[in-house]
Formats: sequence, structure tokens, C-alpha cells
Amino acid sequence: MIAQLTTTERQIGLVLALIVTLLGAALGLAGRHDVLAYHGLLIAAFGAVVAIAILRQMDRPEPGEERLSEYYDDPIRVGIVLTMVWAIFGMFVGVWVSALLAWPELTFDAAWASFGRLRPAHTTGVIFGFGGNALITTSLHVVQRTSRARLPDQVSPWFVLLGYNLFCLLAVSGYFLGITQSKEYAEPEWYADIWLVIVWVAYFLLYIRTLARRKEPHIYVANWYYMAFILVVAMLHIVNNLALPVSLGSAKAYSVFAGVQDAMTQWWYGHNAVAFFLTAGFLGMMYYYLPKRAERPIYSYRLSIISFWGITFIYMWAGSHHLHYTALPQWVQTLGMTFSVVLLVPSWASAGNALLTLNGAWHKVRDDATLRFMMVAAVFYGLSTFEGSFLAIRAVNSLSHYTDWTVGHVHAGALGWVAMITFGALYTLAPAMWKRDRIYSATLVEVHFWCAVIGTLIYVFAMWNSGIVQGLMWRTYNDSGTLTYSFIESLVAMHPYYIARTVGGLFFFVGAAVGAYNIYMTIRHEPLPASARLGAARSFVPGE
Amino acid sequence: MIDLDHQSLVAFAKSWGLFYLIALSAGVLVYTFWPANKARFARAKKSILLDKDDKPWR
Repeated sequence: MIAQLTTTERQIGLVLALIVTLLGAALGLAGRHDVLAYHGLLIAAFGAVVAIAILRQMDRPEPGEERLSEYYDDPIRVGIVLTMVWAIFGMFVGVWVSALLAWPELTFDAAWASFGRLRPAHTTGVIFGFGGNALITTSLHVVQRTSRARLPDQVSPWFVLLGYNLFCLLAVSGYFLGITQSKEYAEPEWYADIWLVIVWVAYFLLYIRTLARRKEPHIYVANWYYMAFILVVAMLHIVNNLALPVSLGSAKAYSVFAGVQDAMTQWWYGHNAVAFFLTAGFLGMMYYYLPKRAERPIYSYRLSIISFWGITFIYMWAGSHHLHYTALPQWVQTLGMTFSVVLLVPSWASAGNALLTLNGAWHKVRDDATLRFMMVAAVFYGLSTFEGSFLAIRAVNSLSHYTDWTVGHVHAGALGWVAMITFGALYTLAPAMWKRDRIYSATLVEVHFWCAVIGTLIYVFAMWNSGIVQGLMWRTYNDSGTLTYSFIESLVAMHPYYIARTVGGLFFFVGAAVGAYNIYMTIRHEPLPASARLGAARSFVPGE
Repeated sequence: MIDLDHQSLVAFAKSWGLFYLIALSAGVLVYTFWPANKARFARAKKSILLDKDDKPWR
């Protein structure tokens, strides 16, 4: 991989790695009396490892000019592996943290394994580790193919991919150390946030520069979604993380916002992270890989444009539905609620567009678990956006807010939509990237598919039940006008659902582990012969 | 300097915010259904399936 870089690119890479090492060392020295020292050390070690890797290959011969007549796929291959590594980590912590709610002793009396630290490790691991790497990886593939243009250089894709993973490492290791700014989905502290801004600007420029080299006059719609993802996430990240560090030697920073302004900024960020990280980017994935796999063009290209602008401009105003019945002005709450309901139109336009694309290809959906992953993703996208609009209505929210219903809703989206579309895309992408005819084992894709579907259904049904029971118990009054149930009674009532949720999560995790093995074997080996797949399929029917 | 208090900000958001979103919706619809764009969209729709050789154009 490093031998593929020109000498100049190796030198630039080396300089960048050394700058990161020095910055890490400086940060560690400045923060030597603080937990910041560990992060300084981590950054320095990360930079040093990259620098050493480049140095060891410095004298290798230059790559030939023929590389320019191929796409640049090395970072994509590494990105696929990183995506699956983060999937395993993030989903494992997810199963653990859900088991912790059912069996609190699983924290083993260790501060780092307490719920408050494991939970962000799970959310960051799956959203930013798994989801973010999947988005960066597939976006670099889609932008090259749809533009018919090679990435403009061979350094910036590595800077983006490795730099982003350094951010994820800082985030997750920080939680275990107790470093957090306590903003949901924006927990990392100031130095990690600044680093992400630099990486993200490089990502944006890389994407724009590739598009500028395109042959097609029109930019294919998948790129619009990826661009919206990159651009809006930059904007959200910068505004929500405006903070002043206590000192340059301290991990702690304080937000420039206070009170209800802080809450509104946080949920403007939080909901648009759902919109532009977990929706727009993955819709970009869907608009490329689903038609490609089904070998049918998207049902309506015009509809995809209308829903793009609908999603982009309506989502922006929906965040305040997270703050119903708070100090936020009533009209702002109503605004968020109204836009959330209207949002159903472009959301269902996208889901419908995806499903109608499959008309005429349903036999492929039946036979091909990879395409079925993407079909189920479109269904769950439709279901969870409907549920989202519904939950945003103030009266519904009065029952659902702060209950497990919200958790169920998030996982219908995250497991059913985000993860399913990602696995569909990865199973399409991985064989192509390693020049295989097909994935190592179609049977294992089938196993993964059913584990994922069963796991998601168990999870979501458990949380619907527990959330509604919880919500009802918290609002049941007796004849004397006081609450019928104590909080602890509602907690006890949750116990069976928490166990069920852990079982559902475990199914999903096992499926992802099977997927990681299958992708690993695709990299290492030739695909299994077709006859072996058919024979094996009989003995692998889930539920037997 | 204009005194930007809460009430005037609300009034601005409730009036101009509405017009801006209506204008935007109209703009998007005009762009989407503009006859000259039809061929371009039809081409884009099929383009990803025509990419068989998996090589950049230059």
C-alpha cells in the first residue's frame, strides 16, 4: 500500500505523521498533571506508528504511471476492514451495556465499566466507528465510480481515514478514562473536536476535488447525499462544540452556550446528526448500491431529487421536538413538531423509491441475501421515519419521552436501516475490491441476514413493550391524586424486557461477527464453489 | 444598531422563514421538472449501471 505512494507523497505523509506525533507529545506534556496526558501519548503513538510504517517503505521503487488508469481503492479496502472491526467492538459493548441494565453486577466494580462510560463507548463505537467508517469508505468508492474519476491524490484519503479513526480512538478511550463534555453524540472534548474539524475539511476538499475531475456533466444523486452529509456534519460539529478549555493542559472545556440555548443547540446538533450522519449519508449509499445490486435503475430519479431537498431543508428545523415540555419557548417546540411531521413526505418518498426500484427484481431479493439486506433496510427506513414523526407529536411524546420507546425507535433506525444498508453495501463492495466473483460464502450472508432480522425484531418489540409500560406506569394516578407506582416498581417491571433486549442485541452481534468472518475469508480465499453453498444452505436454516 | 430582541426575531422567523421555504420548494420543483433537464436525469439514472469496465475515464 505505501509502495503505491510516490516518493513525494511518502514524504508528505511522513511530515504529517511527524507533526501529529509532535502535537501529541506537546499536548501530553502540557497536560502531564491531567488525564489529558494519556491522550497526548495516544496521539503521539498513533503518529509514530504511521511514521515508522512510511519510513520502512521509503526506499521502495516509485509506482508506474499505469496506476492513474485505475481507481484508487487501497483506502477503501482498509476502510472495509476498519468498519467491521468497529462493528464488532461497538456491538459487543452494546450487548454488554444492555446486559448491565438487566444484571447490574456486570459492571465488576470497575469505574471504567460503569453504565455512564460504557454507553457512550457503545454509541460512539457503532455510530462513528462503524457508521462513519462505512460512510467514508463507500463514499470514496461511489464518488470515483459515478464520476468515472480517480481520487485526485494518494495522501488525503489516508489522512481522512486514519485521522478519523484517531478521532474515534480518542473518543472511546476518553470515555473509559472519564473524559466527556456530556453532550449526547458529541462527548469528545475540545482537542478531539478540533482534530475532527481538520480531518473533516480535508474530507470535504477531497470529495469536491474528485467531483471536479468527473466526466459526466451531471452529478449522480448519491453524491448529493454524501455531500450533504459531509457539509452539514461539519457545520453541526463546529457550532455544537464551541467551547473554551480550562487551559491548554486540561482535558476539560466549557461550552459557550448555557441553559436553554445550550439544550437547543445540542438537539439541533443531535437530531441533525441523525438526519445527515445516519440518514443522508446512508441514503447516498442506498441510491448507489441498491440499483447496482438489483441491476435496475432507480425507480424515479426526479423523486430522488425532490426528496433530497425535502430531507435537507426540513430536517434542519426538527430538532426542537427533543425538548417538548421544557423551558424552550412553546412555539419553537411546535415548529419542531410540525417539521417532524412534514418530514414524513420526503422520507417515505425515498423509502418508496427504493422499494419500487425492486419491482421486477423480487426474484433477486428472494435469492440474494445481500439485496435482501438493502430491501429490509428500506422497509425499516420507512417504518422508523413514520415512528419518528409520530413520536415528535407533543401528546405522543408526553407518553414516550424518557422511556425505552425512544431507545426502541433509535434501534429500529440504527439496526434496521443504518446497519442493514451498510451490510448490503459491504457485501456488494468487498468481493469487487478484492477481485473476487462473489462473497466467500453466500450461506453465511444468509445466516447473518436472519440473525440481523431476528435480533432487530426482538430488540424493537422488547423496547416498545417496555417503553409503553414504563410511560403508562409513570402517569398512572390513584384516587387520592398521587402516583400509583414508584419509580422502582416501573424498573422492576422492565426486567424481562431488558433480558429480551439483550438477547436481540446478541443475535445482531453474532450476525455481525459472522459477517466479519465472511469478509475476512473473502479477502483471504477464493469463494466457495456454488454447489457447496447449496448443500450447506440446507443445514443452516435458522431456527432448526 | 437595530435592536434584535426576542419578539422581532420571532416575527422575522415566522414570516420570512415561511417565504424562504416556499420559494425553496418552488425552486426545487421547477428544477426537477424543467424540460431541458429531462434528458440529463434520464442519463444519470442509467449511468451507474453502464459502468462495466470499472476504470476512470482518463
